[in-house]
Amino acid sequence: MTTPLLEVENLTLAIRSSGREVVKNVGFAVSRGEIVGIVGESGSGKTLAARAVMGFIPPAVKLVSGSIRFDGEEITTMAPKRLRAVRGSKVGMVFQEPMTSLNPSMTIGRQLEEGLALHRKLDAAGRRALILDMLRRVGLTDPEGALDAFPHQFSGGMRQRIMLASVMLLKPALLLADEPTTALDAVVQRDVMELMVGLTQENDTAVLLISHDLGMVARYCSRIVVMCQGDVVEQGPSADILARPQHPYTRKLLAAMPHRGEARDLPQAKTPIVTVRDLVVDYPGRQRFFKKSAPKRALHGISLDVQPGEVVAVVGGSGSGKTTLGQSIAGLVKASGGDILFDGKPIFKSDTAYWDYRLNCQMVFQDPYSSLDPRMTIGQLVAEPLRLVPGLNGEQKKARVAEVLSEVGLADGFAERYPHELSGGQRQRVAIARAVVRRPSFVIADEPVSALDVTVRAQVLELFAELQKKHGFSCLFISHDLGVVEQVADRVIVMHEGRIVEEGMRDQIFDDPQHAYTRKLLSAVPGLESTEDGGVRLFWRLGEPDTVVPESG
Amino acid sequence: MKLPPLNALIGGTLIGTLAIAAGVGALWTPYDPLRLSFRYKLAPPSSMYWLGTDEFGRDVLSRLMAGAATSVWISILTVALAVVLGTIIGLFSGYMRGWVDRVVMAFNDALLAFPGILLALGLLAVVGANKYGIILALGIAYTPSVARIVRGTVLSLREKEFIAASRVMGNSEAFTMARHILPNCIAPLTVLATSMFGYVLLAESSLSFLGLGVPPPAPTWGNMLAGSRPYIGQAMWLGIFPGLCISLTLLGINLLGDAVRDKLDPRMRGAR
Repeated sequence: MTTPLLEVENLTLAIRSSGREVVKNVGFAVSRGEIVGIVGESGSGKTLAARAVMGFIPPAVKLVSGSIRFDGEEITTMAPKRLRAVRGSKVGMVFQEPMTSLNPSMTIGRQLEEGLALHRKLDAAGRRALILDMLRRVGLTDPEGALDAFPHQFSGGMRQRIMLASVMLLKPALLLADEPTTALDAVVQRDVMELMVGLTQENDTAVLLISHDLGMVARYCSRIVVMCQGDVVEQGPSADILARPQHPYTRKLLAAMPHRGEARDLPQAKTPIVTVRDLVVDYPGRQRFFKKSAPKRALHGISLDVQPGEVVAVVGGSGSGKTTLGQSIAGLVKASGGDILFDGKPIFKSDTAYWDYRLNCQMVFQDPYSSLDPRMTIGQLVAEPLRLVPGLNGEQKKARVAEVLSEVGLADGFAERYPHELSGGQRQRVAIARAVVRRPSFVIADEPVSALDVTVRAQVLELFAELQKKHGFSCLFISHDLGVVEQVADRVIVMHEGRIVEEGMRDQIFDDPQHAYTRKLLSAVPGLESTEDGGVRLFWRLGEPDTVVPESG
Repeated sequence: MKLPPLNALIGGTLIGTLAIAAGVGALWTPYDPLRLSFRYKLAPPSSMYWLGTDEFGRDVLSRLMAGAATSVWISILTVALAVVLGTIIGLFSGYMRGWVDRVVMAFNDALLAFPGILLALGLLAVVGANKYGIILALGIAYTPSVARIVRGTVLSLREKEFIAASRVMGNSEAFTMARHILPNCIAPLTVLATSMFGYVLLAESSLSFLGLGVPPPAPTWGNMLAGSRPYIGQAMWLGIFPGLCISLTLLGINLLGDAVRDKLDPRMRGAR
């Protein structure tokens, strides 16, 4: 093909009020039918650059210079009417958040029809036939029923399929996908990605895939554009970028990908630090006026042991009960049956055992934006758990807080600041400091890094591992991200629908999974291996490639 | 130095003037607000009586100043009562959930369905029309809306992870409420309280207008306005000045309320 479908040249965007440039001199091209990925962390300008292609620049941002040519036409100077015709009919967009990108008060059928009615001359019957065909194509089991259904009746993965269907109905020449699967869990993520690739290839639609997930981008894209703070630092064929990254930032991104650590030899203790026996959790049914619907069982008798100093990972898709398990062990959700033993003593039987456990069990939460009280300073937040520790005077508490803050790398002047002045990674460091300040022997970490950027994630994981080695606490590490689990865990427990389906040492689970669900989980995420020359190699776990894998050259 | 926003400036000036007038009025007024003088009955504004006199020859300016203290005092106590009662109810209702919440909120909603002034009238009939009766009646009448807002705030706060974190630390429920939930309710409460102050001022005037306010001869803006009605044709200053005082105070309170809301919104606070 002589001219590319989309050509972006010298694109510069700046914040209107301050004049700060957020996208600097960016240029890239997308050919017909090609899949190109833009990779970068938050604040890299990747989303802005991609939205500019559709003429969607937020009012606070202005175009400084540059040209965007789509199919030979200049987008930046296009009349609004023409731009609206291009949007939708020739360029489609899939957003990150499937929960909010469909209008909750409209039936699926009417939402899908909207675009068709606007851009295609078809009668109602023709539109209906096209929609049904497309819904079948994206894997909905009952397309006729779906037409009259509302978005809330579908899961996140299904909604993302419907979103994809609504965009692909118009057979656009270019699809912009902004983090299309970030909000989905690993297994669903793969299904949706594969569906997207399949659909776009059938229609010869080019895809501009925006993501922070280098592994996913490398897997599906032929070319990668790496962005960092508004600059394109490197671009080229996926295989080259992975195997021979040129720019230090690309190397940093690759190095931040989770990798398997050395297997540790832990001394076996006589009594596990925490033992869970036949734990059952029921969520009460919905209370209506005169009847109560049946309770829903979230955990069906879970038993597990955590040895002193051991990191046990709990993995599973959404709805597997892994978060409920963590919360009920932490005492946030009341168990309907079963026992929790701390250091061999059942905690529900005596008050002393319960308090011993309460003081020794801490938790790190997923969302660093909601886990810190916005009206307290960092110093107050970290000092709060010490309130209940007997025999510490004010001076000792102060010293302890200062010590822990320096351990998490927030020594200078952070104690006086408020959470909203900190970045996500710094906030999560505060949350970790708060969890370890009491020197607990057991820490529950519920998806502690899944809200963080790739490089920040790597730093926080490193910090966590360091503290774990230093203080020797045991840890229940709950995560859906197998890469992270592979890096930190000694032992892995796989959960599915409220039951443990497999457990074993990390290497055993990752190299020789037995249960079908474990195999499915593992096959959904690509593995990455470092090569000697600073690059990485992408490989399929359990070797079942169904797309071409870029190999190192 | 940067000037404060315009709404804070205007609102602050209006409320500041009111506060000074009320403060001075409690100690000193140009004339005794209760002194009758039939020689100067219904005198128009002049250099002697700046805002004129009423049908008994009492100085309108003195009465306005003395009335300001009464009206403001009633409003402050009423708002304080409603905020304290409403916060306690909303906090417990929202934090306990379950049947406690359902019963309390059903009762609360039933009260909300009454117009506030009607509810206050009913209560006044029971407790009797005097200064403290008005405070009690209006305070109770405005409690349900505070309770609603606090409960809503608590419901969204208690799902935040920092509340879970506090429980994992081993903090008692009471401590969690006092340390983490209550301080985070302050922002919406401040905004609510400032706007309620205006409503209460208006409600007190309405009650006086209906003859159920502070009994004469003690002046309040409301009963001055009410008393001016028969003379509006011959002495319109009698109605205009108390009315102007009420309007300007309401304007000031609303502007100041907006400014406070902007100030407390974390998104408006020194974004970096």
